[in-house]
Amino acid sequence: MSKILSSVHLFVTLAWMIVAFWMIFLYAPQELTMGEVQRIFYIHAPSGWVAGTAYGIVFLASVIYLWKRSPIADDLAHAAGEVGFVFCSCLLVTGPLWAKPAWGIWWTWDARLTLTFVLWLLFVSYLMLRSYVSSPGRTATLAAVVGIIGFVDVPIDYMAIRWWRTQHPQPVIAGGEGSGLDPRMFLTFMVCVGAFHCLFSYFLVQRFRLARTRRELGALRRALAIRLSED
Amino acid sequence: MRSLKIILAIFVKDLRVEWRNRETLASVCVFGILVVFLFNFAFEPGREETLRLLPGLLWISFAFAGVLCFNRSFALERENACLEGMALAPVDPGLIYLGKMLANLLFLGIAECVIVFATGLWYNFSFVPSLKWFAPITFVGTVGYVAVGTTFGAVAANIHMREVMLPVLQFPVAVPVLIAGIEASTGALKGDPPSSYLSWIKLAAGFAVIFIVLSYLLFEYVLEES
Repeated sequence: MSKILSSVHLFVTLAWMIVAFWMIFLYAPQELTMGEVQRIFYIHAPSGWVAGTAYGIVFLASVIYLWKRSPIADDLAHAAGEVGFVFCSCLLVTGPLWAKPAWGIWWTWDARLTLTFVLWLLFVSYLMLRSYVSSPGRTATLAAVVGIIGFVDVPIDYMAIRWWRTQHPQPVIAGGEGSGLDPRMFLTFMVCVGAFHCLFSYFLVQRFRLARTRRELGALRRALAIRLSED
Repeated sequence: MRSLKIILAIFVKDLRVEWRNRETLASVCVFGILVVFLFNFAFEPGREETLRLLPGLLWISFAFAGVLCFNRSFALERENACLEGMALAPVDPGLIYLGKMLANLLFLGIAECVIVFATGLWYNFSFVPSLKWFAPITFVGTVGYVAVGTTFGAVAANIHMREVMLPVLQFPVAVPVLIAGIEASTGALKGDPPSSYLSWIKLAAGFAVIFIVLSYLLFEYVLEES
């Protein structure tokens, strides 16, 4: 059953991604000043949204873990952390690729770039912590604590970093007056956000199942060792 | 009242340990001064540049000295299973956190005084005119930094390669307080009116409050045994 569901999930993800890429390259109109390069936006911005979603999941799963001590929540937090890291990296790679032709520089320490980099570092430290805890039984608790602290830190980071002058374009979605996209661009963008979230959920579910299987395997191994030592 | 006693007990215990071996304070001070010293070779700043570089230099040196301090703070507790002993004590683990935090605050505070003194001497820069604002800014920023650092020090006590992992865990989270400290110190040392950097002090204070409360709540989980 889960195998069929998983195949359907994969199929939907693939189809949605294909539609999204068709819209990015063929449907969305060309941007007036930046030209074709602007199309990176449809990959760049949704990656950012997905990284945010992933971080939210890490936080919620961490809280649930500390509250209920459910290993499922721990596996979910681990999976979301890993997949979120991939999307956050994608955000950091596509950013400079777009910045070079648009601004003339690869990188600048402006508000959002800095914040993204901090978010990426938080993902990295979270994942490193997970692999370096010396007693495996404590990994879940310590990771949950670090996950929560990191999440609480993000809005404060945002405030601190925003008080520098910002070079990043002002929010175009739900921004102030004078902002806004061509309706076709907006549609393309929303389809891409959906597609990236679908892709994210597929990776998340697969990674989550891998963690569950690993945990089961560990339990079986331990049971086997006990059985063998009794014989 | 009882809570205060517990906090004080932990605090005094850390001071006593420090008094007997005098390791932490000496190493933290020397390390902080070394950072300032090496900086001098890296930039060799003139008079004008000194004012521009100084706040950043000081805070980087505080940050590195802090890492050493927080590492020591819990590395000591690992010997003879002291950490387990504290976890078993029938007291609110949050209070243990506050006691350790106060001790770290004192150690790092002393180290910062030494670092500032050495910096003033080597760079021929007088901190006295701006001390009225520079001192409280440094204090607020340090409280925030120590609030995070103490928690991560305890987390890192459970990790392989904790000397490497503590900064990796701590620096990204401490970014806001470091920015606030540097920006506010720049304003204070330049002699700008306090209103121009008051928001940075508020940010650092907010950071400190949030992370003291959060760490107080979470410390129970950091200490517990599996």
